[in-house]
Amino acid sequence: MLLTGAEIVIRCLQEEKVDYLFGYPGGSVLYIYDELFKQDKVRHVLVRHEQAAIHAADGYARSTDKVGVALVTSGPGATNAVTGIATAYCDSIPLVVISGQVPSAAIGQDAFQEVDTVGITRPCVKHNFLIRDVRDIASTIKKAFYLARTGRPGPVLVDIPKDITAQKCAFEYPQTVSMRSYNPVVKGHQGQIKKALQLLLEAKRPMIYAGGGVVLGDASEKLTALVRKLGFPCTNTLMGLGGYPATDRQFVGMLGMHGNYEANMGMHYCDVLLAVGARFDDRVIGSPAHFASEPRKIIHIDIDPSSISKRVKVDVPIVGDVGEVLGEMLAMLDSVPERTDQDSLAVWWKQIDEWRRRDCLKFNQGEELIKPQYVVQKLWEVTGGDAFVTSDVGQHQMWAAQYYKFDKPRRWINSGGLGTMGFGLPAAMGVQLAHPRSQVACVTGEASIQMNIQELATCKQFRLPIKVVMLNNRYLGMVRQWQEIFHGNRYSESYMDSLPDFSRLAEAYGHVGIRVDKPGDVEGALREAFSRKSDLVFLDFQVDQTENVYPMVQGGKGLTDMILSAEDL
Amino acid sequence: MKIQNDTHMRHVISLVLENEAGALSRVSGLFSARGYNIESLTVAPTEDASLSRMTIVTSGSDDIVEQITKQLNKLVEVVKVVDLSESAHVERELMLVKVRATGKEREEMKRMADIFRGRIIDVTDTTYVIELTGTQAKLDSFVGAIDAGLILETVRSGICGVGRGDRVLKV
Repeated sequence: MLLTGAEIVIRCLQEEKVDYLFGYPGGSVLYIYDELFKQDKVRHVLVRHEQAAIHAADGYARSTDKVGVALVTSGPGATNAVTGIATAYCDSIPLVVISGQVPSAAIGQDAFQEVDTVGITRPCVKHNFLIRDVRDIASTIKKAFYLARTGRPGPVLVDIPKDITAQKCAFEYPQTVSMRSYNPVVKGHQGQIKKALQLLLEAKRPMIYAGGGVVLGDASEKLTALVRKLGFPCTNTLMGLGGYPATDRQFVGMLGMHGNYEANMGMHYCDVLLAVGARFDDRVIGSPAHFASEPRKIIHIDIDPSSISKRVKVDVPIVGDVGEVLGEMLAMLDSVPERTDQDSLAVWWKQIDEWRRRDCLKFNQGEELIKPQYVVQKLWEVTGGDAFVTSDVGQHQMWAAQYYKFDKPRRWINSGGLGTMGFGLPAAMGVQLAHPRSQVACVTGEASIQMNIQELATCKQFRLPIKVVMLNNRYLGMVRQWQEIFHGNRYSESYMDSLPDFSRLAEAYGHVGIRVDKPGDVEGALREAFSRKSDLVFLDFQVDQTENVYPMVQGGKGLTDMILSAEDL
Repeated sequence: MKIQNDTHMRHVISLVLENEAGALSRVSGLFSARGYNIESLTVAPTEDASLSRMTIVTSGSDDIVEQITKQLNKLVEVVKVVDLSESAHVERELMLVKVRATGKEREEMKRMADIFRGRIIDVTDTTYVIELTGTQAKLDSFVGAIDAGLILETVRSGICGVGRGDRVLKV
């Protein structure tokens, strides 16, 4: 039997067991939408802007171990999707994005809604394809899913001209993929793992630094087992939060630009560093030259060889899947009698505890103004530390990362690499669809939320009981903070004037809106919101406008040059 | 200083990649996006028409060249990458030079072409087109050796390179 290209697209998605497809129709994808209409296995979620379709698919992927899938039309549909695709690319999130294209014969003719989608997205996808023959659809979509989820994951785009979705051919979904040019390494090199373990056992001041690779590689149990067995301190990057339980004593907190004092100091002064699925980026280690000023041996496990020795010279590189390598390491550790010198380790812990006593995340919640940190702390308490938390980008993102203690992986969903404002709400939609009975909070700011606020309509249509926790300080808070510190208090264009009444706006969309002005009302409002199991509740917390995120390492400075509070300025 | 020399180190990177639309722009896009140098780039299909062979001449410190080869390897369509300059290899470039060839310079130009083992492949009353093959340095010295005022056009292919002896880059 012959199937049309559009039928084949949908059959492929069914074969891949796609339950949700996030998208927005348009001229070039009409045949595909027609086929969607005729079936009920793949459920389509109609967003209000294509950027949100990609973020929702992204949130879905981050909170599960599945590939997120989105469908957009040609031209503006594809260009609107680009921010979402780049967001996923920077954080290595597996997505398959299908975009419509103008008919084959019109390509290159400057047709209506034509853009070179494959060209525009090339630098921000793991790979992309332009299909030129209906017979290639099935094998290409198979490849797209395979590429998205294997190796270092990432978004893969498949661009399909409209005429091809109408042509017919026989359908057979390939069972396997083999590509001579693509063979990601899975197992780590035994000799290197042995060398790494030797170094760890000889360490006097060890540190384990784990990033998003641990979460994406579903390796957090193995990481936790290894850290506990070794008795070493462990820090997580922004992307790695939840990869190691935050309430555990061996966890020294997030590191980096807004990292904990003890984490940054430990990272800088350790003698052996085990980096797992992390990439020493500028927001993590600050200046590479300053970081290199202290001698230490570095072991780096990563699935992507190009992440190794990119910014920091590594002594023992191990290319492989972090879960596989950590598993090997654990097995090897069990088979050798040696253990790290406990006396040195005790001295090191004493030092770390001394740093810890600086209590770098302390804040004073007074009677009058709500401190943003207090809201996040209460959110953690009210949700029993067990919610999925998405965030947008800025101060609220850092406070969420600092004060919500994630004990499980895939609970903390944020745009770490690209730093995309407008990510939080659509991402929360994907998370809530993937986990319909779980608590999902979107911690946001009054600036970020407005970048995709139209999605409140999608939330209504699909009955998504997300809790929007907005820390409203009437400023682009992080911009204001930098202007205060580096630009002589000249708050150029960072004040958010003419704000809507958010609780009434939420009500206009058919949701529940609550405005909170007093510290004493914070906990009650949160409890009220989370008790409404089937409603989206939009909480507008009017917070202290002058609050800054501390600790802070200024861009380009060394990890140990930390501003701990306003008094340090 | 060593670092100074390193930054100017010339490398010849050879790669085998799928002969597909867009593969070339993935490679060139990678170089421009990450700020790597391309001195020359040549590409053409191999005896297996599904594969292309590309030779890229670039320069950079050891760290940068290591990143370049890693990033190239990461491209899904790239099958193999080798830094030819890490060991013995040969490289050749083709140049076509159109020169003014009149009066006494006509004979001189013929002599120069002979000295450099070039061939004259097009002749008019007033011009020659000289074909010359060799290393970049040889082509450079030919251009330097003839009167610059007589050069009407030069066209260079960029180099092709291959490892010496048993070293084979094949899929």
